[in-house]
Amino acid sequence: MGANTPTVSKTAEALPPPTERSSIVRWLHKNLFSTWYNALLTVVMLFLAVLIVRGVLEWAFTQARWEVITANLRLFMVGQYPVAAIWRIWACVALLALLIGMSWGVWGGAQRGGAIAFGALPFILAIMTSDETARLALLITGIAGVVGYALSWRWSAALRRISIIGWILYFPVLFVLVSGVGADDSPIPPVPTNLWGGLLLTLLLSVVGIVFSFPLGVLLALGRQSSLPVVRWLCVAYIELIRGVPFISVLFMAQLMLPLFLPGVTIDRVVRAMAGVVIFSAAYLAENVRGGLQSIPRGQYEAARALGLNPWKMTLLIILPQALRAVIPILVGQFIALFKDTSLVVIVGLLDLMGIARTVLAQPDFLGLQAEVYTFVAFIYGIFCYLMSAFSQRLEAKLHTGR
Amino acid sequence: MSNNVQSTADPIIICRDVHKWYGNYHALRGITMEVRRGEVVVVFGPSGSGKSTFIRTINRLEDHQRGQIIVDGIELTHDVRNIERIRMETGMVFQQFNLFPHLTVIDNITLAPIWVRGWTKAQAEEVAMQLLKRVGIPEQARKYPGQLSGGQQQRVAIARALAMQPKIMLFDEPTSALDPEMIKEVLDVMVELAESGMTMIVVTHEMGFARAVADTMYFFDQGQIVESGTPDQIFGDPREARTKLFLSQVLSH
Repeated sequence: MGANTPTVSKTAEALPPPTERSSIVRWLHKNLFSTWYNALLTVVMLFLAVLIVRGVLEWAFTQARWEVITANLRLFMVGQYPVAAIWRIWACVALLALLIGMSWGVWGGAQRGGAIAFGALPFILAIMTSDETARLALLITGIAGVVGYALSWRWSAALRRISIIGWILYFPVLFVLVSGVGADDSPIPPVPTNLWGGLLLTLLLSVVGIVFSFPLGVLLALGRQSSLPVVRWLCVAYIELIRGVPFISVLFMAQLMLPLFLPGVTIDRVVRAMAGVVIFSAAYLAENVRGGLQSIPRGQYEAARALGLNPWKMTLLIILPQALRAVIPILVGQFIALFKDTSLVVIVGLLDLMGIARTVLAQPDFLGLQAEVYTFVAFIYGIFCYLMSAFSQRLEAKLHTGR
Repeated sequence: MSNNVQSTADPIIICRDVHKWYGNYHALRGITMEVRRGEVVVVFGPSGSGKSTFIRTINRLEDHQRGQIIVDGIELTHDVRNIERIRMETGMVFQQFNLFPHLTVIDNITLAPIWVRGWTKAQAEEVAMQLLKRVGIPEQARKYPGQLSGGQQQRVAIARALAMQPKIMLFDEPTSALDPEMIKEVLDVMVELAESGMTMIVVTHEMGFARAVADTMYFFDQGQIVESGTPDQIFGDPREARTKLFLSQVLSH
């Protein structure tokens, strides 16, 4: 925008002089009004855009009954998770903020704008909320994030290892806190999984799906390239079988077949759904990783072998790092798809974010408020998908240094 | 070099009647060669003559189907442990460099010493820096291969092979993929290496290099050794018509 008022600098002398006064006018002319039909198209589209935006805003601010969201916010976030135990969820959120803060400081590099925006989010939400407990929890979350970030400025080198260990420990801690242990009188009594719901369940299904299907998918991809025929055939059979079946039937199979395969062991319904997600996603991941493996030139294998690396070291140190790097965009795309696909667990009776949306719509007070509820749900899904895709772009940019 | 060769005359590489087939194609037809410690061998010949295939059988990037290859007293068979031992003693430099693009120059060099020889990182990096000085590019240590010129990449590849402290160095057309102005910087490093007493087998068309440092030259054609001898014999008085023809083609310009 500063180009409106061209300033004379030393380098500017070497450049050809600008031929038009205003770069905005020039841009408009070049991109929107270059021919008569482009101009017509621009006007029509502008008219439509104004119409739609005005309609949406008018609806959102005058007609929409957002109380359906505020009244059911806890339901949307954690389902029927007991109120007395919600502090455990908040503890997980605060721990997550601490880890994100630390990791952002250690690896995030120079992009401070994003960090500040992200760090300010809990504080903004704390101001907006009317619930005192939620405000306190959001403040703690925000402070945890800031502390993590501040620590990383001081002890960047030491925190590198600590934050990796932290991430690895985070997932077991998350599950212990959410599901609880011991008898009913323990400090964190168990919460049966049929009470888990809403965004909490969606995120847990996605995280478990990603964390477990990723290594499984990599192993399947490697197995498919194995020189041992039995391993190769088994991997091919698994991949092709699962890819030939819709996700819904995999979910049903996980619900109905797992108990048959393991008689005497009762596996929780949520765990069975998680197994379904992992089983399904791993097959697709395997094919994507295989694409990466095939992009590695033969010379890389030869150089690694010539140096005396055994097959395992060659795979872990030379081949996989390059193969995975090559397919980051595809992998993240698949993780985003997995995240959205978890909404299908509704059909096996779990109340994830979409499931909760449907129960909320069945409440007599809020009949017919589909637009509000689904807009809200779409907004939540949109935020998380955007975050994943933004993370993938940062990761790619970071890993492509020096190429 | 010749005094090196005479002082330690025991063979470090013995190939006896080595045959290799790719399906029905008979790529190597009975190669017999002995290389003594400190000897510099140049293998040359027309493309498709099996010279690259041959050099790659020595560290078993290609397997042979008949005959015997013994490297440093270890016979190459399907025994994986023997293959890994021989690869530790044998450095290889490729036509296409084959550096690991996701690792910095120094990490390329230290990877095998750390993960195969079990050195500490500090020890490996010290050796790597010495080697980078030896090949003349210590200032590039923290860059990625993609940021270097072809000649620099090939010198890093030589340093990477040397970092394992091999007894034998194999060069598979090390200058063929280089722009002309970069060939000399790589050959200079190889000449220095030859003069230091390294046992080397070099597949190359650089006849100037062969004349300067080779102890023995082997002319390959159609999977066989047509002729071998010292550079003086090969260049001055080649016996075989095929050798004469090939030399006249590569030396004519």
